[in-house]
Amino acid sequence: MKKTIMSTITTLALLSSILLAAPAKKMIQVKGSYTMVNLVQILAEEYMTKNPGAAIAVLGGGSGTGITGLINQTCDIADHSREWKQKEIDQAWEKGVTPRFFIIAVDGLSIVVNEKNPIERLTLAQVGAIYRGEIKNWKTLGAYDKPVSLYGRQSNSGTYTFMQEFVLGNKNFSMDTKEMNGNAQIIESILQDEGAVGYVGVGYLYDQTGKIRKGLKVLNISKTPDGEAYAPTDKAAIDSGKYPISRPLYQATNGKPNADAARFIAWETGPEGQAIVEREGFFAISPAHKAQNDKNLK
Amino acid sequence: MRKWASLEESVIRAFFLTCGILAVLVLVGIFATLLSTAVPAFKEIHLSEFLLKKNWDPTSPEKAEYGILSMIVSTLMVTGGALLLAVPIGIGVAAYLSDVAHWRVREIVKPIVEILAGIPSVVVGFLGIVLFGPAIAKIFHIGNGLNAVNGSVLLAIMSLPTIISISEDALNAVPQAYGEASLALGASRWQTLFRVKVPAALSGIIAACMLGMGRAIGETMTVLMATGNARAFPHGFLSSVRTMTANVAIELGEVPYDTTHYYALFAIGLVLFVMTFIVNLVADVILRKYQEREQ
Repeated sequence: MKKTIMSTITTLALLSSILLAAPAKKMIQVKGSYTMVNLVQILAEEYMTKNPGAAIAVLGGGSGTGITGLINQTCDIADHSREWKQKEIDQAWEKGVTPRFFIIAVDGLSIVVNEKNPIERLTLAQVGAIYRGEIKNWKTLGAYDKPVSLYGRQSNSGTYTFMQEFVLGNKNFSMDTKEMNGNAQIIESILQDEGAVGYVGVGYLYDQTGKIRKGLKVLNISKTPDGEAYAPTDKAAIDSGKYPISRPLYQATNGKPNADAARFIAWETGPEGQAIVEREGFFAISPAHKAQNDKNLK
Repeated sequence: MRKWASLEESVIRAFFLTCGILAVLVLVGIFATLLSTAVPAFKEIHLSEFLLKKNWDPTSPEKAEYGILSMIVSTLMVTGGALLLAVPIGIGVAAYLSDVAHWRVREIVKPIVEILAGIPSVVVGFLGIVLFGPAIAKIFHIGNGLNAVNGSVLLAIMSLPTIISISEDALNAVPQAYGEASLALGASRWQTLFRVKVPAALSGIIAACMLGMGRAIGETMTVLMATGNARAFPHGFLSSVRTMTANVAIELGEVPYDTTHYYALFAIGLVLFVMTFIVNLVADVILRKYQEREQ
């Protein structure tokens, strides 16, 4: 909650300072993924401190909202933590919008439970079964006797869609899933609920000092029942693809980004931006991503 | 000179007429927009399926489902729960303020009640997350407090000011002679208050409760924050619920335009509009009856 409040305050402060300082400037509007909003906010702040002429406004709303925003041309850059659906691409083309994609960070989608829960690891299939509502008590999984209390995101979330596709096997979420408005709210609920399980972006696991939040347990996930399980905080496992639910975090622009936006994206995906990405708990992009980004910038 | 005065008169008259018509136009406009955007939904969804099926999952990769029964029940549960708490307390406070309290106390309490009405719903929702949620979890020995009880408590807080201030007006409007006659017949102050004054003001009090209910049904942000928004059919007051308002607020931001899902959200809005309209209409009819009797 503190983090959300802080980021809200900084957003407001930032917005007002932009409005007061540079009324005539053309502002870059960034909108979309809640998983990415804090990260992109911080990137934008640092970028603006280094480039006093720049003006960037970052809003959340969810991946779906960002993508819709780009299609309707109400934002310049859309943040999204899932790929575009075919329907969205079709809609974009109809409106003459030709999206170009940039990968600015990599996320290890983290499965988290309350610290008191004795469980340490789950297979990907078990996580799917939990969220489909097939496992109702932690006892079934060899942990303590507590009903599973599901926390998830709302359907405008890219993380929701990503979970549904890659973890639930394109099946429905259990109707008992409590749908929260953002990663921070899931974390706050899990800290209080001993039967809780939730999924959040890896950047939300840490407190201000860079340690894992107190009261939170991050589960190790394995691909198969006898395979080794890895933590989403393990950089080597993410890089090698051994952590089963890592995903790229994207930004999209309409066609070739304009000069201002292109400079910002180049900076984000360059060494300075990537250092911030790592500092915030997400993972830096691979050289292959970088090459792809550079191609799309031209 | 007289010509100017009459011109001025007619200009002012026209201005007020326009204002009056505008309010009606806005209402009719909202209803028409809602209706025209909601109706296309029923090309693909049967009305009976829409109102009587429990499952709502329009983005499902398996099969899109558009049943809002769970949400209607959730809305009614949260609203009903709120009234269960707010009506006795509200009438009690109103009776206290109108008959029992020292005038100095009344001068302090009344403005406070009115300030309560001005608290933004996000703030109330925030209280639900950080204060009532954990407390409810502890009291009922459950994992979390994001459920219908929490929503009811918060909505009760939000509808209290309406119930209190209108009930108090109704009690004050009871002719002095009623109370005096009752006391003169040897009734105690308690008997006078609850056997004479409250029944005499009953239609006003009922109207107050209906208006409080209208406030509770339409409230969005508070329930969105505090009830957990699970789509399952509620098993009881301790399960997480998703009200109709919360569902529209959650999904309207991302839904692609001109799809069945989009129209269905407006259809939910229409159902909600009809519900609040009926509640307000009933309140209005009762209130009118009561005013007629007073005259």
